Amino acid sequence: MQPLRAPARSDYSRPAPLRDPAPSRLAYRAERLWLTPMFRAAMRIGLPVVLVAGLVVGYLADGDRRAAIGQTVADLRKQIEERPEFMVSLMAIDGASVPVAGAIRDMLPVELPASSFALDLEAMRAAIEQIDAVADAELHIRPGGILQVTVKERQPVILWRSASGLQMLDKTGHRVANLRDRSARADLPVIAGEGADAMVAEALAIIHAARPIHFRVRGLVRMGERRWDIVLDRDQRIMLPEADPVSAIERIIALDQAEDMLGRDIATIDLRNEHRPTIRLLGGRVAALENFNGFQTKVPSQ
Amino acid sequence: MTDLYQSQRAMRNMRQAAMQRGVVAVLDVGTSKIACLVLRIENLDEDREDGLGSLAGQAQFRVIGAATTRSRGVRFGEIDAMQETERAIRTAVQAAQKMAQTRVDHVIACLSGARPRSYGLAGEIQLAEGQVGEPDVARVLAACEVPDFGEGREVLHAQPVNFALDHRSGLGDPRGHVGSRLSADMHLLTIDTAAVQTLLHCIKRCDLEIAGIASSAYAAGIASLVEDEQELGAACIDMGGGSTGISIFIKKHMIFADAVRLGGDHVSLDISKGLRVPLATAERIKTFYGGVMATGMDDREMIEIGANCGDWEKDRKRVSRTELIGIMRPRVEEILEEVRGILDAAGFDQLPSQQIVLTGGASQIPGLDGLAARILGQNVRLGRPLRVQGLPQAAMGAAFASTVGLCLFAAHPQDEWWDFEIPAERYPARSLRRAAKWFKDNW
Repeated sequence: MQPLRAPARSDYSRPAPLRDPAPSRLAYRAERLWLTPMFRAAMRIGLPVVLVAGLVVGYLADGDRRAAIGQTVADLRKQIEERPEFMVSLMAIDGASVPVAGAIRDMLPVELPASSFALDLEAMRAAIEQIDAVADAELHIRPGGILQVTVKERQPVILWRSASGLQMLDKTGHRVANLRDRSARADLPVIAGEGADAMVAEALAIIHAARPIHFRVRGLVRMGERRWDIVLDRDQRIMLPEADPVSAIERIIALDQAEDMLGRDIATIDLRNEHRPTIRLLGGRVAALENFNGFQTKVPSQ
Repeated sequence: MTDLYQSQRAMRNMRQAAMQRGVVAVLDVGTSKIACLVLRIENLDEDREDGLGSLAGQAQFRVIGAATTRSRGVRFGEIDAMQETERAIRTAVQAAQKMAQTRVDHVIACLSGARPRSYGLAGEIQLAEGQVGEPDVARVLAACEVPDFGEGREVLHAQPVNFALDHRSGLGDPRGHVGSRLSADMHLLTIDTAAVQTLLHCIKRCDLEIAGIASSAYAAGIASLVEDEQELGAACIDMGGGSTGISIFIKKHMIFADAVRLGGDHVSLDISKGLRVPLATAERIKTFYGGVMATGMDDREMIEIGANCGDWEKDRKRVSRTELIGIMRPRVEEILEEVRGILDAAGFDQLPSQQIVLTGGASQIPGLDGLAARILGQNVRLGRPLRVQGLPQAAMGAAFASTVGLCLFAAHPQDEWWDFEIPAERYPARSLRRAAKWFKDNW
């Protein structure tokens, strides 16, 4: 049977074209407004910025909300910081003697275990380097939550006896530690006098030069913060010049080896003026010499 | 008179503002279509002395938006139903703006109808000092005797065409010349006030500012006459939809303009009546099969008229092309005869060169140049407008001659009367401005 309805034709279903495609006055004005460059820029950039900023400011205007946001952020931060991956539970100290290691452990500002975010390695390093016995410290956090402290200690090379007591100094003259008893470090030479710690290198050179008589050397004394005296046993004293004390001591040693000068009854050898070395005899010996001289003088008169 | 002078000056200032802003629209309100082009004003080579640049100075602007829409409410080139025309203008302007992606506020418009009438004016002054200065030009223009062109008429163009100094005539620019008697010829074009006021009102209703107004015959002339035709003398026949504009150029100046209130729409109307088809169908048949010179072949070429009324006999009706030509030709002949009459009245046969250029949408009828040669004279050619930068291909046809002419008019307006300063004598006797002007001129 033939259907009575005509098949749908696309021509009928298509809407008729507008007879008058003119925009309405309002649409025309709106489009002109939209094509205005300033307006366009304001709408596309200015308006979203203002809107978002307004929303944010409006939300944050309430103090409670601000506090809540701050709390949330802090909690979140704490959660992340306290994850086991970031926790430091041990401190390993390398290269330090037991007392220095104990001191380092005592001065650590945070209680372990602590989060690695809470550790200010730079500040800790500075604090550790404040210890006199520590020359150089290196801190880093090893995997496994270990705070690795690698310490280079200062090596004491000399003892300095001053008004405040006996101190060990390293080769730069920096204090290492106090020493209660000289005999605890009998291997180290002793220096004394004000300002002696600043000239440790020179003192070491003198001591090195005086090796042949080291069994007699009691120590060095800094005189007037400008020159050295070598104090020997038997109350002997060698006064060294300000300039080039090492060659002066070498001269003394040469004399000693040739003439056994230091074995004689000489109280002081004064080398302060290199052109005029002077010696002072021990008190009793002077009288004996005077007697001898008198005897000598008496003999011709007899 | 002063009123119009002021309003035309205001338009010139508006044009300056548009040039500053860099975007200006041209609007051609015609009977069959409304075209709107958006121009972007580019490098203004003010420093060049000859005022020309690349592309013979046409390169100062670029068309960045173009739109055309079917015209509504316009008859004989005059606005008939304002609301509809306003909507059509809105359509065109909005589409052009959309293409240009910018907003235009200044528009230069042209109108084709409004019964233009030309007047040749002459003025003469004695020069106070030997050399001609700019105030002297203004004075001689002001001295032109303005004819009484009646109530409800308004001056559209007032262009100085020729200057003569003592016995030397044909000066283009008399400034700096030395002489004692300066005389000027001016071409004055008047139109109906009502028509132009209606157009301006429609454009104002679209939130646009008028930056200038021109006769479409003049615009078509500057777009489709080549330079030597303008120089030697030629007439441009702009065959539009509702009216046919005629402008005569010599020495690069328009010296005459008129319009015939007949155009292509009347041909369509004749076809519609003759074949009893709707106007839209008639327009289509005219466009596809139209012609004015019948040949034997046309007897055998049958045209399906086509209709959708349901009556098979009527819907299947066919006419031969000869019949169609038989309907079209008398009307086209009538238009050309009218044009011939106007050209004769204007004394076109006195010009040294009598080139006639046919342009406009209706000039695209095949065989029109042959017919026009029989009626108007042998020197007839079909003209297409100048090519301007950025113009879409669709807007390059003869139908856009006056639109393109308006672009050129926008870029290089000719000096008109109102471009010169008002001479001091024209100010009221006791006005402060007259005193200020006197000081300005004398120091």
